[in-house]
Amino acid sequence: MSGLFNWFLQIGSITKFGLMSLPQRRGSAAATIIGIAGVVAVLVGVLSIAAGFKQAMTVSGSPDGAIILRSGADSEMVSGLGRDETRIIADTPGIARNDQGPLASAELFVIIDLPKISTGTDANVPLRGVEAGAFQVRDNLKIIEGRKFDWGKNEVIVGRGAAREFAGLQVGSNIKVGRYEWPVVGIFSADGGAAESEIWTDARVLQAAYNRGDSFQSVSVKLNSPGAFQAFKDALTSNPQLNVQVIRQTDYYTQQSQAITRLVTTLGFAIAFLMAVGAVFGALNTMYSAVAVRSREIGTLRALGFGGGAVVVSLLLESLLLALVGGLIGGGLAYAAFNNFHTSTMNFQSFSQLTFAFRVTPALLVRGITWAAVIGLIGGLFPAIRAARLPITVALREL
Amino acid sequence: MKYLHLVWSGLCRKKLRTSLTLLSIVVAFVLFGFLAAVQEALVGGVALAGADRLIVREKVSIINLLPISYEERMERIPGVDFATHQTWFGGIYQDPKNFFMQNPVEPEKFLKMHPEFILPPDQLKAWLETRTGAIVGRRTADRFHWKVGDKVPIQSSIWSNRDGSRHWDFDIVGIFDGKEKGTDTTPMFFRYDYFDEGRQGFGQGEVGWYTIRIKDPSQAAEVAKRVDAEFENSSAETKTEPEGAFIQAWASQIGNIVFIVAAILSAVFFTILLVTGNTMAQAVRERTGEIGVLKAIGFTNRQVLFLVLAESCLLTVIGGVVGLGLARAVTPVMAAQLSGLLPLFFFPASALLLGFGLSFLLGLVTGIFPAISAMRLSVADSLRRM
Repeated sequence: MSGLFNWFLQIGSITKFGLMSLPQRRGSAAATIIGIAGVVAVLVGVLSIAAGFKQAMTVSGSPDGAIILRSGADSEMVSGLGRDETRIIADTPGIARNDQGPLASAELFVIIDLPKISTGTDANVPLRGVEAGAFQVRDNLKIIEGRKFDWGKNEVIVGRGAAREFAGLQVGSNIKVGRYEWPVVGIFSADGGAAESEIWTDARVLQAAYNRGDSFQSVSVKLNSPGAFQAFKDALTSNPQLNVQVIRQTDYYTQQSQAITRLVTTLGFAIAFLMAVGAVFGALNTMYSAVAVRSREIGTLRALGFGGGAVVVSLLLESLLLALVGGLIGGGLAYAAFNNFHTSTMNFQSFSQLTFAFRVTPALLVRGITWAAVIGLIGGLFPAIRAARLPITVALREL
Repeated sequence: MKYLHLVWSGLCRKKLRTSLTLLSIVVAFVLFGFLAAVQEALVGGVALAGADRLIVREKVSIINLLPISYEERMERIPGVDFATHQTWFGGIYQDPKNFFMQNPVEPEKFLKMHPEFILPPDQLKAWLETRTGAIVGRRTADRFHWKVGDKVPIQSSIWSNRDGSRHWDFDIVGIFDGKEKGTDTTPMFFRYDYFDEGRQGFGQGEVGWYTIRIKDPSQAAEVAKRVDAEFENSSAETKTEPEGAFIQAWASQIGNIVFIVAAILSAVFFTILLVTGNTMAQAVRERTGEIGVLKAIGFTNRQVLFLVLAESCLLTVIGGVVGLGLARAVTPVMAAQLSGLLPLFFFPASALLLGFGLSFLLGLVTGIFPAISAMRLSVADSLRRM
């Protein structure tokens, strides 16, 4: 017992020695800290793009929501449903109802060109025509400025994200849909979900503007409960009058976020890994020089009876401490620079822009700091072993 | 040159430290190479765009179609040489992951418009004789091991065929190559007449967008204005812009790539700068006495400055060259993996030059402070510290 205590005491005093001599090596210590901070900032920053995109998609879907597309269509853009079909779908059991009828909305999905504010170049902005049920199906939608559009009128409301990213979408301005100018009468929020990237209007007036006759592209419904999904799906897919596929809202959005999340995550890890390799070399440099400068001290300590294990552990601790400081700085930088950074990108599945905010989540910060710790440990291990192995007589003769 | 030996032995003084520093520089330049390739893949098309080509699309949205009759009307507009069209087919070959573009075109006009696609004359002849014929770019042909004579089934996500299904069959009659390294040889092109007669439901007689060849590239803006004026107040108004601007806008839709790449690169270089700068500072500090000796035996201050700078530049340039070489060797391997996602993934020659320049600059910046302090050392002081 006293042996173990003694061992900890040894580690404590060697570490204290090391930390006290840090100011003499401040140049190389700072280089290590900043190097590791750079790795963590890049890792957390790039992954926060993926986290933000995923988050936007996750809050878009609720487990009791479903979307119905033409069979074989992988997105609303290429789907098509006639009025007869959307009626049959709305009358299928399993859909929640209120006093106005089933909570279903047959929708039209087109894109219009609007300039991105950040670049000034045209971007594909989604324009959705909806039915009255849409506001119950997506019940997180709130008008935060102006008012809802009037049914039957050429008016639009704009998602908060779209209003922020694209030019000419303030309440009171007009957008050109088809051949006519339509006024923007309101701005809405949707908990940061995909709907916030969209412009909404009455499906009927949009059909007329686009000469779509009486056809739609999708039906969105709210079910009685998440558990009602399978029965509802079976009822639709086995109906010979229909040729449709039924997707749970959550799955639909997860699927849309998969490709881009994977791309960004892979790139992020690849870049951060290469940088981490560079930072390990930097940390090794620092710790090797730390050991070289102190080889006589370490030799003296060991001559006095300090154990080799204690030397290794305390040098590792020192390196770990430097790395953690670097990790915290890097994580903090990434948080300050990227958290809630609003942007928009192309969602290739819907062929239109999705606005979202970068998210530096606690999990990402933990991951970044873990990386920093690993870099610190690797950077400290080899120099520490070298210091512990150096014969005492050689070490004492140094300098 | 006669000091090369001196510079080199400076670097060899602490082999471990020098090699660790060298390795981090190598890593930085490997990253530089990859990021250059990513950026090239996303925005490189802008540089290759034909200066004499305009893209005409529907004004409200690229998804809206334009009447086929516009072609003749455009060709009558002063300044226009000729026009031809393409339409987005949105086909899937076996699996949605196997993405590549397939568009219906007018074969002869299309190849005349796009001289960057090189098709052997006998294959063009075969294409003109085969209604269901299609030509495919080398990359996609290699990817799926397609040969001339193969029959390829494609499922369109947009267009129904005559039998009501979305299944279309094509006969590969030719494989085209790109004229430049950056030419995209992933698309497949097939005949518009086969497509238009086959498609059902909607869109007959309508096309996705037009490409116009103009007679004088300096007149691009005026011709674009004339084209848009021609179709103003019709049911399908147009928006005309140079091909480069069109591609640029497309790349911007994905995000501000140039900015993101630049941000990551700056983080990387800043980090490397610190590591290298630190090494050089240490090296000079250790050698205070030696520098004093050099000065005592007659080296001038300028020579000492030059020696230290040469040492740091030698280190960074070696690291840069090795890193860029590695990146260059590895990108073709990665390109094969990324084929569907980024069709044009390659290491641009311009990045090689820029990277080389950067490595030299890195050496100057990291060496300059230690070099100045070495230059300022007085002989007496430094000899006393030996």
